[in-house]
Amino acid sequence: MSANTSNPSLTNSKIHVTLKGRPWAATLILTGGVAALVLGIALSISLGAADIDLRNVWEAVFFFNPDVTEHQIIQELRLPRVLGGAMVGACFAVSGAIMQGMTRNPLADSGLLGLNAGAGFAIALCFSFFPGLPYMYLILFSFLGAGLGAVLVYGVSSMAKGGLTPVRLVLAGAALSALLSALSEGIALYFQVGQDMAFWYAGGTAGIKWVHLKIMLPWIVAAILGAIALSRSITMLSLGDEIARGLGQRTGLVKLAGTVIVLVLAGAAVSVVGAVGFVGLMIPHVTRKLVGVDYRLIIPCSAVLGSLLVVIADLAARMVNPPYETPVGAIIALIGVPFFLYLARKERREL
Amino acid sequence: METITNTMHGRKDKKRKIFTLSVLAALIVLIFLISMNTGVIRLSPLEVIKTLFGGGTDKQELVLFEFRLPRIVISLLIGAGLAISGCVMQGISRNELADPGILGINAGAGLMVMLFISFFPSTTAAPVYLLPVLALIGASLTAALICVLAYKKNQGFKPTGLLLTGIAVAAGISAAMIVLTLRLSPEKYQFVATWLAGSIWGSSWKYVLALLPWILVLLPFVMYKAQVMNVLNLGEPMATGLGASVTREQLKLLAAAVGLAASCVAVSGGIGFVGLIAPHLSRRLVGAKHQLLLPVTALVGALLVITADTLGRWIIQPSEIPTGIVVAVIGAPYFLYLLSRSRA
Repeated sequence: MSANTSNPSLTNSKIHVTLKGRPWAATLILTGGVAALVLGIALSISLGAADIDLRNVWEAVFFFNPDVTEHQIIQELRLPRVLGGAMVGACFAVSGAIMQGMTRNPLADSGLLGLNAGAGFAIALCFSFFPGLPYMYLILFSFLGAGLGAVLVYGVSSMAKGGLTPVRLVLAGAALSALLSALSEGIALYFQVGQDMAFWYAGGTAGIKWVHLKIMLPWIVAAILGAIALSRSITMLSLGDEIARGLGQRTGLVKLAGTVIVLVLAGAAVSVVGAVGFVGLMIPHVTRKLVGVDYRLIIPCSAVLGSLLVVIADLAARMVNPPYETPVGAIIALIGVPFFLYLARKERREL
Repeated sequence: METITNTMHGRKDKKRKIFTLSVLAALIVLIFLISMNTGVIRLSPLEVIKTLFGGGTDKQELVLFEFRLPRIVISLLIGAGLAISGCVMQGISRNELADPGILGINAGAGLMVMLFISFFPSTTAAPVYLLPVLALIGASLTAALICVLAYKKNQGFKPTGLLLTGIAVAAGISAAMIVLTLRLSPEKYQFVATWLAGSIWGSSWKYVLALLPWILVLLPFVMYKAQVMNVLNLGEPMATGLGASVTREQLKLLAAAVGLAASCVAVSGGIGFVGLIAPHLSRRLVGAKHQLLLPVTALVGALLVITADTLGRWIIQPSEIPTGIVVAVIGAPYFLYLLSRSRA
């Protein structure tokens, strides 16, 4: 690692070599990733408590016949679930990529920085005080909660002497997550909505319905398009504030827009599947390794790879211990923890 | 001249020491009495005192001696144990944010207890005494794992590396626990869920007996090592210069801290933050000399947990909030406050 730690995720010598990124790698990832995603989605639809062959899957999707039970299972349960999983994966991954780029913090992730816990807390409040609140409003509270988590974590870490270091952010995130989940649990106990909360937390991808997807989709599409539009500026920010400003960028504005996008993405994802961590940590790192440091390539590729990860993890979650479901968050954490350890070890000197 | 100021200082110290200790003891007695008459069956303070001296009805005696008293005793023991464990960890790592919960030791103990509960029926008496041992095995394995993962050649341990590794290991263990909970029967699931939230579930005398030997052996051992901890606090080079075999003392103390945390967690479940807050508050009160810091920390920890337990039983009667949640609600903001002032 070089002495200049303006961007811990890359070395100085690498900047010159790889700044342009590797468009061919990105193209390969996008095409191959999408193909794998389609295959994964098809498999995920066909495998489960009732195995349905792929021909039936094809028919259920394109020639839906409401009289066939299998078609109904697919239409009502499996299709929204797997599509929702894919969307959520893209959300977490892109939000992680933006956070890592903007803050130049290799350990940034919506789970580690308290966004997921904040959104979860807001949802606990909604269950308690406004039971039966339509999902359309729930998702808004989820955004607000994610914002609350972010503000608290950033606020606390930036107050300290020496400012926002990655370690401090992670510590603040861990403490805040502990606090918010304790509060959520307490509130859930007090209002006796523990069961609903547990269902929502453990529900993971199993609880996803078409209505969730319909409401979520516009937000996610807008946020991801926004992220792509912002990607050039994020690349500049990832080189350091001074450089970005020197290149004529209005860093404050970019950071504000980026933060809003991150909150929308993390908030929307948490409102559907609960607090799934580590996707936003791992995927951007893997993507950067593959396509270089140009965020115009990183963001779309992260979206595809994040979707792929969650779809596969969800499939695994159903296959590990049938007929029980294993929460997809637990499966991802089991992969994500060694990854985090590896990063923490590698980046230790800069932290 | 110097001797005079020293003795004067000493006298002031002694006064302050006695004052602090007696205030803490008085507070504990006060909360103890409040705790005795808090619960579904309300008893007036007078009734409590009467019953304590043998003048109560059978029902009052049953409630006090068989339900409330053991639970209160356990809260006090756990509070002292976790607080001392945290104090030792902070002392030897010289990191003010260390705590058995943050370092993932609690999670490791919890995983072991949970494995045991999932594969064996826990209704017989023997497992009660086995639980602290199992928790100790889990906690030691976790501590060893964290040490191995955080160790870097030529650099040894760095506080931040230890903390980050601890957080990651704790996250991994809780993911594994979630997977395990799904295999449990509904009754066991209920038990484990409450346990994980940090509820003092073992509220009977046999759990007191299971916990007591650990506390009785390890607390005096740590107190006995107070002088060593003072020396370790000066930093490794200085301590070595003063003739302490640093690594061996660190390992002995770490073992004691892990043993304390593990035996407490076995009975109380996932109560975090006690080991973090109590030493800090105590350092504010009496300074960093371990001869005084350790007993004060034990009292502050005991006070914290008994208060949290009483509050948890009082807030939403007739149901209760697990003690761990109450402690986290108090402890996490304090941790954030410490973090915002730290240089780490």
